[in-house]
Parts: sequence; C-alpha cells; structure tokens
Amino acid sequence: MSAELETVFDLTLTVNGVAHHESVEARRHLADFLREDLGLTGTHIGCEHGVCGACTVLMDGEIVRACLTLAVQCEGRHIETIEGLSDSGRIAGLQEAFRTRNALQCGYCTPGMLIAASALMDIEPAPDRAEIREHISGNYCRCTGYHAIVDAVEAALAARTEGAR
Amino acid sequence: MKPATFAYARAQSVAEAVAALAAHGDEARLIAGGQSLVAMLNMRLSAPRLLIDINAISGLSEIAVEGDGLRIGALVRYTQALRAPLVARHAPLLTRAIPHIAHAAIRNRGTLGGSVAFADPAAEMPACILALGADIAISGPDGARVVAADDFFLGLYETALGPADMLTGLNLPLHGPDRRVGFAEFARRHGDYAMVGLAATATARGAGLGDVRLAYFSMGPCAVRARGAEQALEAGDLDAAVAALEADLDPTGDIHASRDTKMHLAGVLLRRVAGQLSEQPQ
Repeated sequence: MSAELETVFDLTLTVNGVAHHESVEARRHLADFLREDLGLTGTHIGCEHGVCGACTVLMDGEIVRACLTLAVQCEGRHIETIEGLSDSGRIAGLQEAFRTRNALQCGYCTPGMLIAASALMDIEPAPDRAEIREHISGNYCRCTGYHAIVDAVEAALAARTEGAR
Repeated sequence: MKPATFAYARAQSVAEAVAALAAHGDEARLIAGGQSLVAMLNMRLSAPRLLIDINAISGLSEIAVEGDGLRIGALVRYTQALRAPLVARHAPLLTRAIPHIAHAAIRNRGTLGGSVAFADPAAEMPACILALGADIAISGPDGARVVAADDFFLGLYETALGPADMLTGLNLPLHGPDRRVGFAEFARRHGDYAMVGLAATATARGAGLGDVRLAYFSMGPCAVRARGAEQALEAGDLDAAVAALEADLDPTGDIHASRDTKMHLAGVLLRRVAGQLSEQPQ
C-alpha cells in the first residue's frame, strides 16, 4: 500500500465483454463511470443511495447496485449492463414479455427490473409470484406498475419452460 | 449526490489496514462491501480523506468450523453466508435472518462483518450476533483481541472498536441439538429497515427453555437484550415476559412508528419468536 494519498487511478475492467482502460477518480461510482465515461446510459440513476435499484448491473455475474460500488473497486472485474444483456439476446424472452404484458410505462426502472428479473431466472427454475415480488422488491417502479411486471416475469418463465419441452 | 473527493488505497493485509488507520486516524475509513458507507459518501453524511479498501486481503472470506465455533471472516458476504451449508447447519439463526436484509443486489456485496462494525441500530446482524453470544475478532495497533458481543455494542454507532481497530471475523458458537433459534421483524416493505426486530436463541430444557437470549433491534441506540423478558421466558411465563419488556426496552419514536407502537410490536414479536423457540424439532 502506497504511502502517497492517491485520488485518481488507472482502471482496467471488462464491460459487456470489451476491455476498457480509463483514468477515474476514486470518488466516481460505477453508475457514473458507465454513463459518463463509457456513454452507457442504459444504467439509470434514481436515488443514488442504494434504495431504488435503477442502477442495477451485473458484476462477475451477480447483480449489484452500481451507485453503491466505486468504479475503482471494479479493477479486473467483469461488468455487464443492460446494453450488453440486450445486444446479446440473452434476455430477449424477458423483453418480449415486458412488451406484451405492458410491463413498462415511463421505462425508467426497466433496465434495472430486467437485470434483476433475469438474475432471478438464472438461479430459480420456477419461482412463484411471491418469490418474484420478493426478488424485485429492491427495484422501485414509480409508475407503480408492479402487477404487470410480475405478470411479465411469470410469462417469461412460462415461455422458457414451454420452450424447454 | 456525489461523494466529496477522497483518496483510496488497497490494503493487502490486516497489518497494512491497521497501520493506515493508525496513521490517518479519524480521517480514514475502512471499506468492505460499502453498502452503507458508499450511500453515506454519496449523501456526504461521511467525508473521509482516505478510504482503505480491505476487499483484497486474503483469508477473510472464509467460513469454517474452528474448534467449537463457526468462524466467519470479515469479508463474507450475505449471499455467500446464505448459500453456505456450514452456516445452515451451525448458525441457522443467520439463515433465517439474512433474507430480511435489504435486497438481493445489496446482499451480494454487503458483509456480515461490516454490518457488525457499523452497528446500525436498525440492522439485523448486530442483534443476531448478540443473540448468539458470538465473539468478535479484532486487530489493532496492539495486536489481536476478542470481544464478546455483550461487550461490543456500546451506543449509537458506537462499538468496542477503537479508531485504528479492524474487525477481522466473527466466532459463533456451534448450533447443537438442544439449541433453538427465533427471528422476526416488522418492516413497512420487504427489505426496508425494521420498525422493530427480534433475534433469539435458547436451549431446550425438557418442555421449557433455558439460556434464553433476546436481542432486539430498532428499539434503542444499538442492539439490546431484554433481560427481564429472558428470565420470565426461562420461568415459562410468556405473559410476564411481554410485560417485562416495559422495563427492558426504552425506544424513541421515529417517523415510522411511535414509542407506543414500537413497544406494542415488541410484545407481538416476542410471542411470535417464543412460539418459534418452542416449536423446533426435538
């Protein structure tokens, strides 16, 4: 550990499969780094203190709050944002279910909702509505469209089960 | 909001972290999961000059049985503990409590040790540690020491940790066949901080209970034991235990619940948790 007090760091990390090398201030949180430094504005910022879930991203495959993670703490990590998940087609079924079930109104919470929901689908084969609600309880929808969102996740799970047969 | 400017350093060992704390005093803060600290930095409720990141220190992410205790390193995350068979077997109170803590994304980063060190009065983990009668392992400028949970939580965000001390792990007594655990909380929404919460342990003695430990949270400046209610439960008198809470607890009302509401809910939780303590398989 250096005796010098450093406030700016060279950061190397992978975002959506692409290696990035950037200079960042230690005080820059990951959500601002993604939006301001990399131009990946699909990661939204709502409350900036870990309550609303709009900034949810994947770090090494697990959902985290980008506003409660400092960019400098992501040295060597693999970050995936809504842009990466969307472009890869990995959540196409979930996105289609959100469209058909009208599970987005203003759309502000949608990237975080999709990432949180896809993380649930990754770990639980058949969650019930109560489990879906519990899992997305950390993601606020200020349009209060929760019912449709739970419907959409349920529909995506059903479509996946159907497709697997 | 955005944090004020701070310097950042990665400690590679406990000794490095302690030395950096000793060198910078109150101007430095340790960061592990950061799920409370970064929120406070963003709101500028905390503005340290230096953040010392302890995430790269090896040997602090393990869960292991050591002697007659379960050792949980300071960097063990909630999700890791929740998925660990060792925790389910030897510390079932944690397996019950952790799903109540915030949300999946926060549990993926937040650490048990960080919650104990921060000692938020509304947090679940300090009460669990108090109910279990766990020991807290600390390293400081004068070496390593162990502090019992009963002597650790001193007041509002105040613990036995000195300014250059680092919490390195938690030592939990192993769950035995006669041990009983209970946990319940009231929160306005799932994952919110509790208005009132209770973590409890006891030993089954025939049809009754002994060694009862009731640790309330959100009922005072820090996690607090209800000792009068513990004695009444050991005597087998649940109504007397609920009545004893009046002398055991002295919460202040807040925006979520008045003092009277909190006291009422504390009694409701005690009846619920007493049921859990009695119902577990023999």
